[in-house]
Amino acid sequence: MTPFAAQRTAGQPARAGSRRGRRPSRNHGWGWAYLMIAPTTIGLSVFYLWPIAQTLYYSFTSSGPFGGHTWTGLANYQALGGDPSVGQSVLNTLLYTGIQLAAIPFALLVAALLNQPGLRGRSVYRVIFFLPVVTMPVAVAMLWRWMYQGDYGLVNYLLSLVGIHGPHWASDPDYALYSVAAIGIWMSFGYNLVIFLAGLQGIPAEYYEAARVDGAGPVRTFLRITVPLVSPNIFFVTVLTVINSLQMFDIAYMMMSTPGSAAGTANPALPRVRSISYLFFEKAFVEHDTGFGAAVAFVLVAFVVLVTVIQFRLQKRWVHYA
Amino acid sequence: MVLGAAGCSAGSNGGGTASGPVQLTYRIWDASQQPAMQSIADAFHAAHPNISVTVQLTASSEYWTKMQADATSGSAPDVFWMNGPNAQLYESNGILMPLSDKLTANGLSLSNYPSSLDSLYSYKGTQYGIPKDFDTVGLWYNKKLFDAAGVKYPDATWTWQDLQSAAAKLTDSAKGQYGILAPPFGQENYYDTILQAGGSIISPDGKTSGYDQPADIAGLKFWTDLVKAGYSPSLKSMTDTYPSQLFEGGKVAMYYGGSWDTLEFGKNPNLKGNTDVTVLPQGAKRAVVIHGLANVGYAKTKHPKETAAFIGFLGSQQAAEIEAQQGGVIPAYNGTQQAWVNANSQFHLQSFLDEVPYSVPFPTSKNTSVWQNQEATVFGPAWDGSADVASVAKQMAGIMNTALSKEK
Repeated sequence: MTPFAAQRTAGQPARAGSRRGRRPSRNHGWGWAYLMIAPTTIGLSVFYLWPIAQTLYYSFTSSGPFGGHTWTGLANYQALGGDPSVGQSVLNTLLYTGIQLAAIPFALLVAALLNQPGLRGRSVYRVIFFLPVVTMPVAVAMLWRWMYQGDYGLVNYLLSLVGIHGPHWASDPDYALYSVAAIGIWMSFGYNLVIFLAGLQGIPAEYYEAARVDGAGPVRTFLRITVPLVSPNIFFVTVLTVINSLQMFDIAYMMMSTPGSAAGTANPALPRVRSISYLFFEKAFVEHDTGFGAAVAFVLVAFVVLVTVIQFRLQKRWVHYA
Repeated sequence: MVLGAAGCSAGSNGGGTASGPVQLTYRIWDASQQPAMQSIADAFHAAHPNISVTVQLTASSEYWTKMQADATSGSAPDVFWMNGPNAQLYESNGILMPLSDKLTANGLSLSNYPSSLDSLYSYKGTQYGIPKDFDTVGLWYNKKLFDAAGVKYPDATWTWQDLQSAAAKLTDSAKGQYGILAPPFGQENYYDTILQAGGSIISPDGKTSGYDQPADIAGLKFWTDLVKAGYSPSLKSMTDTYPSQLFEGGKVAMYYGGSWDTLEFGKNPNLKGNTDVTVLPQGAKRAVVIHGLANVGYAKTKHPKETAAFIGFLGSQQAAEIEAQQGGVIPAYNGTQQAWVNANSQFHLQSFLDEVPYSVPFPTSKNTSVWQNQEATVFGPAWDGSADVASVAKQMAGIMNTALSKEK
């Protein structure tokens, strides 16, 4: 978003200058333009473009733990195929992403309910739902970790009231990924909700009135008017959810570490929760294999780009821009 | 306040350097030792008014990630803690300041520390670290639970069988009470029993894994059997809540814990008067893992002279005594260990020192974390009963041998 905004500011002074005749030469205007976009350009180059180029280079090298890279060509990418943890973490990440996507309709539904005319305390609800979004992921994960505790945790206590003996949510390999995904949903729900609310409020009330006159029920109205008209918002939320979910790291990292432990005591559920980002962290920073870690990171980048491109291609079929 | 005190003593003390004020950074990872480290830094500042030291606490879980990033980018702290598993990695990559030629000038002599600790921080004949402390593992026990079950307290005569039968008697599943904690921890648990069974984690030349040997499998099985019998909380419970916290909760009778647990246990009112510690029960022979930290300097520090001076002070008897009084760890300086035993008289801490004669250094290689990071994950299935101990041990030996062969 920022580069486009910068371009617009860059174009305007030049045009304005020539029209009013104050700027003697076009070049002078362009100089200003470059000056204006310089902060963003420099920031992007230093903090994004250069590290990306560096990581790409590292992925073709074998590196020492403290730098010192020797070119090894595609060796790291070949090693990816031979490492079973790579395939498992790709599966884990896809499953996690799928669960996050499945939760989007609920955010839309709640947004539609909150958008009912005459609803009191709408902003209070909005704050309540939005609060997890602005909370530190680490704090969130620690809180949930405490609630998920198998023997004394809040979740299992509540379940025990209705006679259910709950599992160890955060350390049972069969449940842990779903437990982590639930936190992810809880954290992004408010953000999605606010995007949807903004879209819903842009729908003219006449459409609904017309639908009512024509005798459409609430379900039909929702499916035929609301959903198509917020489809740009749905598309936006979907793209963002996919990109964020594919990079999932912080919650999994916090959930898989044992509270109070010094070293990384492995959680028995780790192999079934380890995401691609988590694998990257382990390879690059725990096992000091920067080259392999960089290759893992690039597989993730390729993955994100591919999925996003597919999504943009498909949008023509279902997204309606009013 | 500290600055004021230092200013007063400046005139009477000529220990400072000639140059202007110098600011050193000292990075540590243990919050419970922070007060002791701060006192040492203050005492050093009092003697060297020109040099002030900032003690920087970094969470232990992020310490090595941060160190690696800082060392790669050339911005590591001047002085920091080093441990055995990382020592060779940092030494062989030229991150640490060589200290061999700086010893005498800074009042240091390696004969002041146990030689097993000196050698942990010496690489190719050069000394890189000055031992700070050491730790061994003991059998902590809850006297109240022993009394209630009518079981005799553990002592130096105990064998594996004594421990197993006591664990059975002390377990009461109806009350949610367990005989022992058997987490898949290396130093506290299976490294010790593997050594006691006559095995080894890594060969003396550091080139092969010992995990596929029968003694190693016996040392691992000792723990998985305790879990399988229900004498220990399940692996999942011990993952949800850190084992030492379960012991502090008073529902577990025995715990293989380090000398480093002293400070934490000493502060817990629940444990006061009903907790003590003894030496580890013996298997085929007596053995325990010994490990110790060292203070090291950064090779590229901007203030090499001051850094060496501070490391010299950290290695002094005065610093060791401050550590013995305030810290929960056993100072490495010979002769000050007794002060540590005396400072925490509510526990029989002599046990940890009694074990030193038959202690074995912590197993390390050049890139230790590559294989040590895998241990708990690979062994997990054996601990929760879904895999056979011998098969996970052989799997781990394969992983470890591959990792070791990549170290040049």
